[in-house]
Amino acid sequence: MTDTTLTPVDETGRHSMPLQGAQLPRYAPGLAAGIAVGIAVLAVLLGGVGAVAAVMIGWVLLAVGLPAWSRAVEGPRKAADRVAGVLVWSAFALAMIPLVSLVWTVVSKGLPILSAQFFQNSMRGILGEGGGIYHAVMGTLIITALATLISVPIGVLSAIYLVEYGKGSKLARVITFLVDVMTGIPSIVAGLFAYALFVIFFGPGVRMGFGGSVALSVLMIPIVVRATEEMLKLVPDELREASYALGVPKWRTIVKVVLPTAVAGIVTGVTLAVARVAGETAPLLIIAGLTTGANFNPFSERMATLPVFIFYAITEPGIYDEEMAAYAWGAALTLVTLVMVLNVAARVIGSVFAPKTGR
Amino acid sequence: MAKSIDVSDLNIYYGDFLAVEGVSMTIKARSVTAFIGPSGCGKSTFLRSLNRMHEVIPGARVEGKVMVDGQSLYEPSVDPVAVRRQIGMVFQRPNPFPTMSIYDNVLSGKKLNSKRMKKSESDDLVEKSLRGANLWTEVKDRLGKPGMGLSGGQQQRLCIARAIAVEPQVLLMDEPCSALDPISTSAIEDLIHELKSDYTIVIVTHNMQQAARVSDETGFFNLKATGEPGQLVEFNSTKQMFTNPDNEATEAYISGRFG
Repeated sequence: MTDTTLTPVDETGRHSMPLQGAQLPRYAPGLAAGIAVGIAVLAVLLGGVGAVAAVMIGWVLLAVGLPAWSRAVEGPRKAADRVAGVLVWSAFALAMIPLVSLVWTVVSKGLPILSAQFFQNSMRGILGEGGGIYHAVMGTLIITALATLISVPIGVLSAIYLVEYGKGSKLARVITFLVDVMTGIPSIVAGLFAYALFVIFFGPGVRMGFGGSVALSVLMIPIVVRATEEMLKLVPDELREASYALGVPKWRTIVKVVLPTAVAGIVTGVTLAVARVAGETAPLLIIAGLTTGANFNPFSERMATLPVFIFYAITEPGIYDEEMAAYAWGAALTLVTLVMVLNVAARVIGSVFAPKTGR
Repeated sequence: MAKSIDVSDLNIYYGDFLAVEGVSMTIKARSVTAFIGPSGCGKSTFLRSLNRMHEVIPGARVEGKVMVDGQSLYEPSVDPVAVRRQIGMVFQRPNPFPTMSIYDNVLSGKKLNSKRMKKSESDDLVEKSLRGANLWTEVKDRLGKPGMGLSGGQQQRLCIARAIAVEPQVLLMDEPCSALDPISTSAIEDLIHELKSDYTIVIVTHNMQQAARVSDETGFFNLKATGEPGQLVEFNSTKQMFTNPDNEATEAYISGRFG
């Protein structure tokens, strides 16, 4: 053995690598971030640097300093890992800023106005104080529920056709293309479509909650079709074949084997679609309009909804602009909470319906 | 209740592609018939054409005649669903229904067809089928648990129990042991021996020892040449196949001198 390097050589002449090497302590990234933040704060306090510049200084210090320290101790490969780590964490932090800021703004501005009275009162006969969003909450719930009622059967059945019956056929390709186009329809166009449709039957100037439901279902159907299609595709063909081999007809196989296996994903997809359209403003602005009182009949007259209420409360508050702005934030918080509850519900439903392995 | 199958001049296509050409054979009732041959030579395709499972694949079709007990399977008036109720199938990979318990999996053939059964009747059927599949003692205390929680070998025996619960005339098995360990394999081979008295069994296998152990008659499939359709090279009693085959290619394949 004439080799004098640190790596020993075995009898075949191959270098064996040492499996252990120097490592930065586990708290190194935290320490480096702390130092960077400290220097940035010092720069603001002592150097009179602006906030944006200080953040930049801190970030550059971290992005250069930590890899340099790592390179000195651990070597180039680990240093490259540290660079990538800093970049990924920075991107994550950047993405979190608008989200946290939005939630903070909505909660801080909306929370003070929330009270039992705010959810029990409508705006009928109220100028300024004492108003509520009962009418808008009810309107949103009714219109969205009707939209779901329209879209789910159409969407799920279309997806069943696409996956189970129309595979590879021309009609299926056309439908898939149209669904893709529908996914990209601007919501205002969906509203105009519903309005034009209802004008044919009821004359110009028509306003009704059901029209809003139709407009929302135009937006919702493609989402439901897509989600259901993906879920049905995930059901293994072996299960279908197992069912056929037992002498089960195709439609029973779909109803009793394929759908139950995919139901968790389908329900999740539908819930997310509901959450997606619950906050739509533009189509409801056109066809559902706004009123001050609660209207429980979706087939006649205007119906208030949360997004439209927020829109008018901010753009046309009248003389009580402070109160109206407060109502708008309260309604916004309610809407965000509603959507969040739906998202959580989707997750819970997904795990409840998921096929169990028994392990 | 077992039935014999007569196949004459069967050509099997995937779209325009001829996968298996000109197969003729007679599969005897109450016996075990094994198909052997290299991968991709059309054994499974042929097996699937015996209970009209082949046409489940888009574009797949069949020419020729398959007669089960004097009835032609591919007459236009024949309902494929009715055929599959008579001719059950066990697949290569165990595929119990993930949404169902062990109990419901066994009854799935009845339940999916919405047959109403008394509780005592269905209990009896579950016990009988699971005993028939040699699984009863292992699962009798957890019939309500999901079928997916069983081991691979148990899942496969559950699939066999499911297939025999609908009391078919014929049982087709497509490499039922290929994903199983030797102990589970041996359990399933024992089971095939027991089932032979009541069912006509057709089994595809890659394991020649298995074909020799379980079958009464054996068919050897092979490709004519690369890119050509598969064909039945020799069909003979298992004893003769493994001791003194008529065809040289069969002998080469069985003795391992093939390819």
